[in-house]
Amino acid sequence: MVDLLQIKDLHVGFDSRAGRVEAVCGVSFRVREGSCVAVVGESGSGKSVCAQAVMGILPRNASIASGSILFRDPKTEIITDLAALDTRSEEYRTIRGGRISIIFQEPMTSLSPLHTVGDQITEALRLHEGLSGDAAKARCIDILTLVRFPDPVRAYKTYSFELSGGLRQRAMIAMALVCGPALLIADEPSTALDVTVQAQILGLIKDLQKELGMAVLMITHDMGVVANVADEVVVVYHGEVMESGMVDDIFRKPGHPYLQALLRAVPKFEYAEGERLIPLREIKPHRGHLLKSRDTPVGIDNTKPILEVNNLSKSFTIRSEGMGGVGKSVLKIKAVDHVSFDVARGECLAIVGESGCGKTTVSKMIMRAMDADTGEIIYNDQGTDVRLSDMGDKEMIPFRKKIQYIFQDPFGSLNPRMTVFDILSEPFVIHKIGDDAYRREVVLELMNLVGLDPRHLNRYPHSFSGGQRQRIGIARVLALQPELVICDEPVSALDVSVQAQVLNLLKDLKKEMGLTYLFISHDMAVVNYIADRIAVMCRGRLVELAPKELLFKSPQHPYTKALLDSVPFPDPSHPLDFQAVRETTMTNPDNWPDPYDVRDATDASLIDIGGGHFVRAHDLSNLRTVA
Amino acid sequence: MSEDLKHFVSSAPFDPVSIEQLTPEQEKYYLASQWQMMWWRFKGHRLAVFAGIVLILSYLSIIISELIAPYALHTRHTDHIYAPPQAIHFMHEGDFVGPFVYPLNYTLNMDTLKREYSENTSEPRSIRFLCSGDPYEFWGLFDASFHFVCPDKKGTLFLMGTDRLGRDMLSRLIYGARISLTVGLIGITISFILGITIGGMAGYFGGWVDSSVQRVIEILKSLPELPLWMALSAALPANWSPLLIYLGITIILGLLDWPGLARAVRSKLLALREEDYAVAARLMGSTPKHIIGRHLLPNFMSHLIASATLSVPSMILGETALSFLGLGLRPPITSWGVLLSEAQNIESVALYPWLMVPMLPVVIIVLAFNFLGDGLRDAADPYD
Repeated sequence: MVDLLQIKDLHVGFDSRAGRVEAVCGVSFRVREGSCVAVVGESGSGKSVCAQAVMGILPRNASIASGSILFRDPKTEIITDLAALDTRSEEYRTIRGGRISIIFQEPMTSLSPLHTVGDQITEALRLHEGLSGDAAKARCIDILTLVRFPDPVRAYKTYSFELSGGLRQRAMIAMALVCGPALLIADEPSTALDVTVQAQILGLIKDLQKELGMAVLMITHDMGVVANVADEVVVVYHGEVMESGMVDDIFRKPGHPYLQALLRAVPKFEYAEGERLIPLREIKPHRGHLLKSRDTPVGIDNTKPILEVNNLSKSFTIRSEGMGGVGKSVLKIKAVDHVSFDVARGECLAIVGESGCGKTTVSKMIMRAMDADTGEIIYNDQGTDVRLSDMGDKEMIPFRKKIQYIFQDPFGSLNPRMTVFDILSEPFVIHKIGDDAYRREVVLELMNLVGLDPRHLNRYPHSFSGGQRQRIGIARVLALQPELVICDEPVSALDVSVQAQVLNLLKDLKKEMGLTYLFISHDMAVVNYIADRIAVMCRGRLVELAPKELLFKSPQHPYTKALLDSVPFPDPSHPLDFQAVRETTMTNPDNWPDPYDVRDATDASLIDIGGGHFVRAHDLSNLRTVA
Repeated sequence: MSEDLKHFVSSAPFDPVSIEQLTPEQEKYYLASQWQMMWWRFKGHRLAVFAGIVLILSYLSIIISELIAPYALHTRHTDHIYAPPQAIHFMHEGDFVGPFVYPLNYTLNMDTLKREYSENTSEPRSIRFLCSGDPYEFWGLFDASFHFVCPDKKGTLFLMGTDRLGRDMLSRLIYGARISLTVGLIGITISFILGITIGGMAGYFGGWVDSSVQRVIEILKSLPELPLWMALSAALPANWSPLLIYLGITIILGLLDWPGLARAVRSKLLALREEDYAVAARLMGSTPKHIIGRHLLPNFMSHLIASATLSVPSMILGETALSFLGLGLRPPITSWGVLLSEAQNIESVALYPWLMVPMLPVVIIVLAFNFLGDGLRDAADPYD
């Protein structure tokens, strides 16, 4: 018997100005009926190109050079070679969307904002099954129920922009499934989603796969996702299959050095004392004589926190104006709601939370890129307390040297029109430090410090990979020898293998240069690796603050628990509890039970439950019984 | 159901640094500055490169108009009024004799009062090259009589015909390029300065500065263009010298063209200000001056050059339109618009269609600027 999908020795090339580039060279794998196959690889490995080749949606400058993609339709038992079929033919169109459908990474752009969800789902029905009118609507509402929309009848009439990211992805899945395909291709379906939503979507795909007896081809870079949903795994690197096998074999007995290295680079949750991640390409920081380690001056109280944030609040108003100013309404959103914490000298405090929780807003207020509504920010400058929150732009300038910021996006944060040398010497230009010779020497040292080849100084940022660019960004931040570095998701745009490298670099630099980090992230595994203490934020509120070990061992707040339950482990023997994840409603503060609930009059405050573990609650006595 | 998948491990070696190694082409690409990358990208636009070459040649020609033109600007041929274009021949009575023209015999049609010319094919007049011909003052500096091309000593050479005073149209077109091509440049300089300053202020300060600039632009844009030009040029005193009038016209064109550029500057500035690298510089403590000068300007300079190129044609067309209406430049200054104003009379156009020839260079130059501008605009952001 032939498998549902059989890819044999597939070669796909791209024609570019520099000649033909082979993106996929000789990939073979199969998808059995009703099974889930994961294709894993880093960016540029050719995994998405495989999916596009199957769907017949390769970019214009790409073409299949050789190989075959055999698809056996389980309904009709007809076997078609998709690689040989004209992608614009009638035959391909019936298969695409009807028998094989795809969901994309970005639920924002995959749905049209001009049509209702119902319209877009029934369009597929109309095209493939000729259904219309009430029959189509009934099928559409059925499928919306199947993907667990809270109110399918209403969802039929809503527009995509009225839905949250998770619901949008559900609508996309409904659209893909409405014609009952034999194979669903999911191209990074959960990458753009928050971790709690990701777990729900993965659970949904897994359930639907069983209910509909459908096969799933999952394209992903996340080993945690693979371990939780896949039956078979194909590991690709540079357009070639490095290793393939059943999920247990892949995780228990990785055979190829690439896979072994990749698995070593994935952040885990249990570390032996002093254990480090092993990146694929290790770099060692080399510190020269100009960049000195920052010693605390004698006679200064080292136990005093370097940064104190008290009762910081910020709200944004959204004005929606009706025609001619009639029906004006003002909506106030509390982005940050009375957040207080402090950062000790030399530690790494992480703020974790999902998108929109206010973590980035907090960091921007500390950098004074944004003004706080209320609250104070106190910076301990060599023993004297300075209120940053009261300072004007001019007064801030000396402190801009001491507090630095690492951006998330390694592509946008470097000016594409400046050479690496110009980028790295810019801090000195801004603060008028040193002459040309001095600047040249420090820049060379900075390059060594982040493990980049100093010969690349006259290159432009576009010639570097994401990880290298992020290291340039880090080098720029270190140029002025800051005391406090705020890292805003510094590794979330990077591949796993590079992520480990940058995390290790940040760890080493902290020790080498005596830095203090405020590390902002959504990724619990990353935070577990790098942070000393962790603060959890949800909808503008700080809900729990504890040393890393305590937080992971005994999380108190229902939101923290939900967050930790949703993290997919890169280990098949430690699967997600999809049942629990599906039922969680703890991401909405209105659903928090007593004593964590939100009451208007007496809002909860952070309560110390021992060992530096703080939880946001109303009443201590009640909490003790819970703990 | 088929068997469980066998565990397959590729025998290919794993070299972790292989993806960081560069080929020589990549190395060259990676060391390229933004201007180099823009040039590579621009080169890909055949049409734009061709348009660029056409423009460069046209601008080079205005330096040596006197040498290129077969006649001087004001030479009159009273016996050749409204003469039609003479064709160049190579073969005379079956023999190759090199390029020559046949002289024209003039008769007045007494029924229509039309001047009619016929070719006298018995006497070929050869065309001379690198020769001494009509005397002229080179840029008004010194007298000379050297031309690249001259008519036969006894004959005429009107490749595009003559006008109502018997002046060679081709020579006048070549001289007219001096004025028509430079009107755009001076105008664009003025509009560039105004556009950058006003648009930059609107984009950088925002708030009420921005909204008042926006309102002024909207008002300027809503005024009917032609009556406004006419009003402004009517305001230029009639007793000014032609040169002063010329400067006045370019200033008017520049003053009215800046809103488009100002808007482009403003929107680009607003977008770039929020780029991470600009925020990064701000968070490092740099001053607005530093951010604008080092991060914003270099990033939108190329865009500005492209949009400036695209607005030169409107200047040239503006000058042409004004002069055509008799409100812009006036004789003895010769521009393409001034030449076209001869073609105002429908009768003369019907009888002597070569009076419309000045349209040709206008169309060519405007198209060339548009193609070039399109190419520049595509190349302006080589990092997409």
